[in-house]
Amino acid sequence: MKQIECKNIVVNYDSNIAVKNVSFSIDKGDYLCIVGENGSGKSTLIKSILGLEKIKSGEIIFLNDLKRNEIGYLPQQTIVQKDFPASVFEVVLSGTLNSRGIKPFYSKKEKDLANENIEKLGLKEFKNKSYKKLSSGQQQRVLLARALCSTKKIIFLDEPITGLDINITKEMYSIIKKINEQGITVVMVSHDINFAINNANKILHMQKECKFFGTVNDYVNSEIYKNFIGGSENV
Amino acid sequence: MFNVLTEMLSYTFIIRAIIVGGLVALCSSLLGVSLVLKRYSMIGDGLSHVAFGALTVAMALNLTPLYVSIPVVVISAFLLLKLSERSKLKSDSAIALISTVALAIGVISISLAKGVNTDVFSYMFGSILAMNSTDVVISIALSIVVLVLVILFYNKIFAVTFDENYAMATGTNSNLYNMIIAFLTAITIVIGMRIMGTMLISSLIIFPALTSMRVCKTFKSVMISSAIISVICLLLGIIISYVYAIPTGASIVMVNAIMFVIFFVVGKVLNKV
Repeated sequence: MKQIECKNIVVNYDSNIAVKNVSFSIDKGDYLCIVGENGSGKSTLIKSILGLEKIKSGEIIFLNDLKRNEIGYLPQQTIVQKDFPASVFEVVLSGTLNSRGIKPFYSKKEKDLANENIEKLGLKEFKNKSYKKLSSGQQQRVLLARALCSTKKIIFLDEPITGLDINITKEMYSIIKKINEQGITVVMVSHDINFAINNANKILHMQKECKFFGTVNDYVNSEIYKNFIGGSENV
Repeated sequence: MFNVLTEMLSYTFIIRAIIVGGLVALCSSLLGVSLVLKRYSMIGDGLSHVAFGALTVAMALNLTPLYVSIPVVVISAFLLLKLSERSKLKSDSAIALISTVALAIGVISISLAKGVNTDVFSYMFGSILAMNSTDVVISIALSIVVLVLVILFYNKIFAVTFDENYAMATGTNSNLYNMIIAFLTAITIVIGMRIMGTMLISSLIIFPALTSMRVCKTFKSVMISSAIISVICLLLGIIISYVYAIPTGASIVMVNAIMFVIFFVVGKVLNKV
């Protein structure tokens, strides 16, 4: 069952082409990794799906009753001001906002959902702590909890492990895996090619344009994968 | 002390100033939290200068100042917001340009119009004598609108202030809420500038938020405490201005400054404990 279909997406960055004619689709329950070098348009691509970058041409279609306010998102390194006063609970709870529509205040249902996700990500002891005082790994988990409050269907992760140490990276990966096993579609931008081929079911290889889109099995046998791996081994 | 208070409250103009001032202090402090955190503090400053320009033009043309300045300031607020969104770097100089031009227009229209010269000082630095009863009614009505909207949109204001991109990506119309914040700020500035003066009104937006952020660490507590701080500072400021016969706006700014220093020290001490 398709959730999102992208047809010939073109995104310009100033006057340069950042994403060129990319077409692919995302099925329900997919674990799609978007890989490629720095500056290959990976982040730009998912930002355009999320409506944060304007597409110059092409089409992004949400299918099977997926709505814009049913999406979860973990941005790449959210730059929040150093002294922003917010508790972990406030941040996570704000993830439920998109399901509220114009109703102004949170109900018990939203608060329960926030608590549930705080617990799921092992943040219970930090619930009333100040967000800015947490370590970057903890902050990342808070933002993941927020993203989970926003969706039951699909979650977009933009380099979720950048700047985290090895143990926390493993933990994040296993949390993301669990999320996927619960039926939530995962779309992740990643540098970590080994992780991608071991965990994802589909790969999209970007190099301004789409160099490969398909299953992991096909990908590991492809020329582009062999070149990519060979290239990075030489470095 | 008690005698001073009863004496003060026997004057209608002081009661007006307290009512309108209190409401403005409340509105501006609530909006201020979001504006300061979004690094939009200078928009408040720019808008107050625009308000000064609009006000003097209205006076020169013999129009009701509020009716002219509200639309002008609201439109400027949207313009300044657009400027800030487009490029973070250039927006502060753009605001400075708009501020000085508005100020220049104000000064020119004062000098061209006859008979308003004596009011210049009170427009620039505030006067509690400035309010007539129509102003009071309009101010109260507008303040209530601002307060109700801030409360209704509180959660959305948090989301948009904390992480605008996330709010946008997950289906919240960030631009709409930015516009609402700018709109409410414009109205608050126009109401508040008669008491505070156009040069000093932006302090009412910036100070309470900064003061409470020294000590409070959650968004809700910052909102609530800055509202309380703002109203207390305003009342103290009016009392002090009455007792020592100094301009109200300046007196309120000084009380806010002292409060900031106190909270700054308390915050430092609490952090060490």
